[in-house]
Amino acid sequence: MSKSGGSSVPLSVAIVGSGPSGFYSTEALIKSGINVEIDLIDRLPAPYGLVRSGVAPDHPKLKQAIEVYKKIAQSNEFNFVGNVTVGRDIEAEELQRTHHAVIYTCGAETDRKLGIPGEELAGSHTATEFVGWYNGHPDYRNLNFDLSHETAVVIGQGNVAADVARILAKSVDELKHTDIAQHALDALASSQVRKIYVVGRRGPAQAKFTSKELKEFLEIGNCRPYIDPVELELNSTSLQELDAKEGRGNKRNIEIFRKFAESEDTGKQRTCISTFLKSPIRLQGVDRLQKVVFEENDLSGEPFKQSAKGTGRTMELECGLLFRSIGYNGVPIPGVPFNDRWGTIPNRAGRITSEQEGAVLPGLYTAGWIKRGPSGIIGTNRACAVESVNALLEDVDQLVAEDKPGRNGLYAILERNGVQHINFAQWEKIDAAEIAAGSPKGKPREKFTYYNEMLAAAKG
Amino acid sequence: MTTVVTENCKGCRFTDCVAVCPVACFHYDDEMLYIDPDVCIDCSACIPECPVEAIFEEDDLPEGLENWVEINAEKAPDLPLIEEPMEPLPEAEDRKADLGF
Repeated sequence: MSKSGGSSVPLSVAIVGSGPSGFYSTEALIKSGINVEIDLIDRLPAPYGLVRSGVAPDHPKLKQAIEVYKKIAQSNEFNFVGNVTVGRDIEAEELQRTHHAVIYTCGAETDRKLGIPGEELAGSHTATEFVGWYNGHPDYRNLNFDLSHETAVVIGQGNVAADVARILAKSVDELKHTDIAQHALDALASSQVRKIYVVGRRGPAQAKFTSKELKEFLEIGNCRPYIDPVELELNSTSLQELDAKEGRGNKRNIEIFRKFAESEDTGKQRTCISTFLKSPIRLQGVDRLQKVVFEENDLSGEPFKQSAKGTGRTMELECGLLFRSIGYNGVPIPGVPFNDRWGTIPNRAGRITSEQEGAVLPGLYTAGWIKRGPSGIIGTNRACAVESVNALLEDVDQLVAEDKPGRNGLYAILERNGVQHINFAQWEKIDAAEIAAGSPKGKPREKFTYYNEMLAAAKG
Repeated sequence: MTTVVTENCKGCRFTDCVAVCPVACFHYDDEMLYIDPDVCIDCSACIPECPVEAIFEEDDLPEGLENWVEINAEKAPDLPLIEEPMEPLPEAEDRKADLGF
């Protein structure tokens, strides 16, 4: 029989954030066989976090991870509590009083800053804003991206930078049967962007793209991927990196960049240019972004530890649109410890610790990007969640020793605060309405992009 | 496109890959693991986890290993699912050394 410690009282666990880490934490708790009751809370009326609002619309296969989450959601132990923001609709301290354990899996929601003059100019954006906008996230619904400029610059060398560049590069015909938000598709239809620069601080051998993402640029209908062959002349340390086992992925990337370098100009509408060893030092413009100034870099250091150092030489690039994608930080939740420097919740193998002394705070856990920082992909969070839940399971006896009202306590507080929360059956109504709205357009779904639309659809 | 486990897994079955699979698409027999292509979402999370570099994306398969696409597709669906890592096979470390890792 399933038990939570030696007690017949179910262990009540609140999980904050219903992205992959929230669902994998749920899965690990259910699989442990203990008597458990899980409330998976999300600030949106929709679950699935970045699988819904981060994964690019033209990557439908990755979104199939949702099928696994749907199965988890069918478990008796599971309950979804959507449209609830912890720290606003319910305090973190209140959640600790209602539940035996709280797991924070709320991800990394803001972009790191470049920290250079002009960063706040109109036309300078974060990748998160653009990604949220084209993916129909309600918080980014009303943003405007001025796509009337010929040149766009993407700062960053990871897969999000690649997503942003690819969405800018693709034609509307290549996107219209995806789940991209209609407002984004309409805006992209009249895009005047012709050149997209993807800029890296270090060299092409250090780029963090997966080769799969890079390869996709070779398959875009009306965009030529390009890199100046000179940029592929690597220093000896980088060549050493490519020959090492850990450099397998980088080596494949370089092979793909060589194809970019050999690509012929066949008059395609757009060009996507990869360029390296440059750090933006200043954004300039009158009223809005007109120019970005880069400092050129050199690499120095041991293999796989090479760092970029400015050479003092600068170059300028006229551009009207810039996106930064140089890393992500978590957003602190009032009442939950937070490490400003790393943008994460301080923890030891998933147990949340206090900011100063590093003492473990009983009953508080964390998993995913907010625990370890924004690295890895969807599946990485599964192993991460298992580690955190294993820590929680070791603590079960102490946790259940105290009486907690669990779900009823949570609902009482939400009712007192007049919060309209969304359960999983209500989300399924939203889901069905989105799929129905997408169908006549040949799209897998047309997402609701306003909270009130989602809440109305939840009523069915 | 799919992702496939190839012959280096035979005799090792380290299962590090299984811990990071977001969709539970690995199956196993007495010798090795296989990926069910109908379930795999091609996220590639498993590839860098393998201590003997047995896992490849279909279009990155080294020459001579192409037949593993079919082997994975045929074998996986009928074999038991593996969702949590398990102990490697007893001869795994020897086999790993033989493979030059």
